[in-house]
Amino acid sequence: MGKTIAEKILSQHSGRDLVAGDIAVVDVDVVFAQDGTGPLAVSQLRKMNFSSVANPSKSIFFIDHAAPSPRKELSDSHKVLRSFASESGAILSDINGGVCHQVVAEHYACPGNIVIGADSHTCTAGALGAFATGMGSTDIAVGFALSKTWLMVPHTIKVNFEGIINKGVYAKDLIIYLIKKITADGATYRAIEFSGSLSNGLEMEERLTISNMAVEAGAKAGIFATDAKTADYLKKQQRGDCFREIFADNDAVYEQVINIDCRTIEPMISKPHTVDNAVSVGKIGEVKIDQVLIGTCTNGRLSDLRIAAGILKNKKIAKNLRLIIVPASADVYLDAIKEGLIEIFIKSGATITNPGCGPCVGVHQGALAEGEVCLSTQNRNFKGRMGNPGGFIYLSSPATAAWSAVKGYISDPREALK
Amino acid sequence: MNDNLIDKSFVKNPGNSDGILNGRAFKFGDNISTDLIAPGRYFHLRSNLPELAKHVLEDADPQFAEKVKMGDIVVAGKNFGLGSSREHAPTIMKLAGVGAVLADSFARIFFRNSINIGLPVLVCDTSSIDQGDSLKIDLKSGIIKNISKNTEIKFNPLPDVMIKILSDGGLVEHITKNKGFNL
Repeated sequence: MGKTIAEKILSQHSGRDLVAGDIAVVDVDVVFAQDGTGPLAVSQLRKMNFSSVANPSKSIFFIDHAAPSPRKELSDSHKVLRSFASESGAILSDINGGVCHQVVAEHYACPGNIVIGADSHTCTAGALGAFATGMGSTDIAVGFALSKTWLMVPHTIKVNFEGIINKGVYAKDLIIYLIKKITADGATYRAIEFSGSLSNGLEMEERLTISNMAVEAGAKAGIFATDAKTADYLKKQQRGDCFREIFADNDAVYEQVINIDCRTIEPMISKPHTVDNAVSVGKIGEVKIDQVLIGTCTNGRLSDLRIAAGILKNKKIAKNLRLIIVPASADVYLDAIKEGLIEIFIKSGATITNPGCGPCVGVHQGALAEGEVCLSTQNRNFKGRMGNPGGFIYLSSPATAAWSAVKGYISDPREALK
Repeated sequence: MNDNLIDKSFVKNPGNSDGILNGRAFKFGDNISTDLIAPGRYFHLRSNLPELAKHVLEDADPQFAEKVKMGDIVVAGKNFGLGSSREHAPTIMKLAGVGAVLADSFARIFFRNSINIGLPVLVCDTSSIDQGDSLKIDLKSGIIKNISKNTEIKFNPLPDVMIKILSDGGLVEHITKNKGFNL
């Protein structure tokens, strides 16, 4: 019987022939935590009497959620991570590095790896053909200590994105469309394999956006098979040697196969307060916005910033609106500067903040006031997410976000691309 | 972090030695996210869990932390605990006194985190339970008795690996005791 990608990768890491439903202890390749989850992981490591990590060169602590620290309690948490990294030999990605998931994709995850991180969007690295999944601090503490974890081998849902993508429609719209279709718990405990003729043509940055949001349907992992685009991406990152072919067998057994004709997909908007509460932009009505965020681990990559800059060039954002742009990583930021994108943003009236999570988690850099509306390229819009349960968060692609920032209300990006 | 308080809460096996939990039901709806349980605006309190626990479930029920008593039971609909991987969410529920969570379904990471820190999370049909009902959970027999309504509900048994971790008192205790995984 053939195997899915999840079954193959987990079998290779357990030394056993695993199928969906099996439970196994597996070796892990990359382990990480961030400043919201890392301090508790360190505390659990200390309880288990570990002052070292099993695989220092692939153990990373990221300071990205509240970076630079906005208050003393968080400065103390950052200090805990800096000292433990120094003591254990683990890598520290400090406030200058960027969002963990982007940096993991750029520098650490390889096809065929098992990646575990104390952050729900760890599934992002599935775009590279890795089995990547989020866990809590205690699981990650054990991962740091032993380079092992236990997993149930998930059943897999295969999602075939077919056809062509319309102008003004992006990877973000595809994944929001899928989550609306299968709902916020439609893939709970499952792996999703993204396939189909359109998926195969997607660039790596687009795949990262899609894998990033697999967890918003409850999925444990969101995986793409590897191909020439994976190889090219790794080569560009000077990591060409870690490329491996990762693919499902032709006779792999899927729990469900979902075929999506992408020609019918329009720009999508998730409305407050769940990601699956989505409509096409034409059905949104008049929604006036106070703040727009372009960035995060979902849509803060160079191609996202290029799309936004293409729309914002020689334009001004609407009056009484804040546009916050957060490059996902230092590399993205530098490239955006070199390409002149940052100049376009500043001239349009945008505020650029340092690479990191920005206001997405509600800690700093743009918490919402009571009753305010934000249109964001982030991945979730739960009540209270951006620091105020009285705020309203809508989600969209960078193109929709940029054009809406110009108009002052949620608008169809195809108007800007005519 | 107040390690004494955390330790007392973390290492205890759930329930009495006979695996019986008694408490009042606090009813919530579907899709209770970890943002509602442990809001991001209290991010700076994550290293001060007793303080963070004063805000537990605040955005779903602003008075919850004041009302909840030791052993009370959170009862919810589907997809409880979706969103962020923050283990602080089940941890502060436990610290605030929550004895167990019953839901139609749980998000994966929350479920796993709860077992790791020793908070019983049980999948069952919660539709017949109302706010304030008096519940008696028998972890061993897999039966929840609704004393207020004089009815019984069965819950799905946990996977064996999770029972092992839970009965060792949590994942840290499991690893310490066995010097690694022994699942």
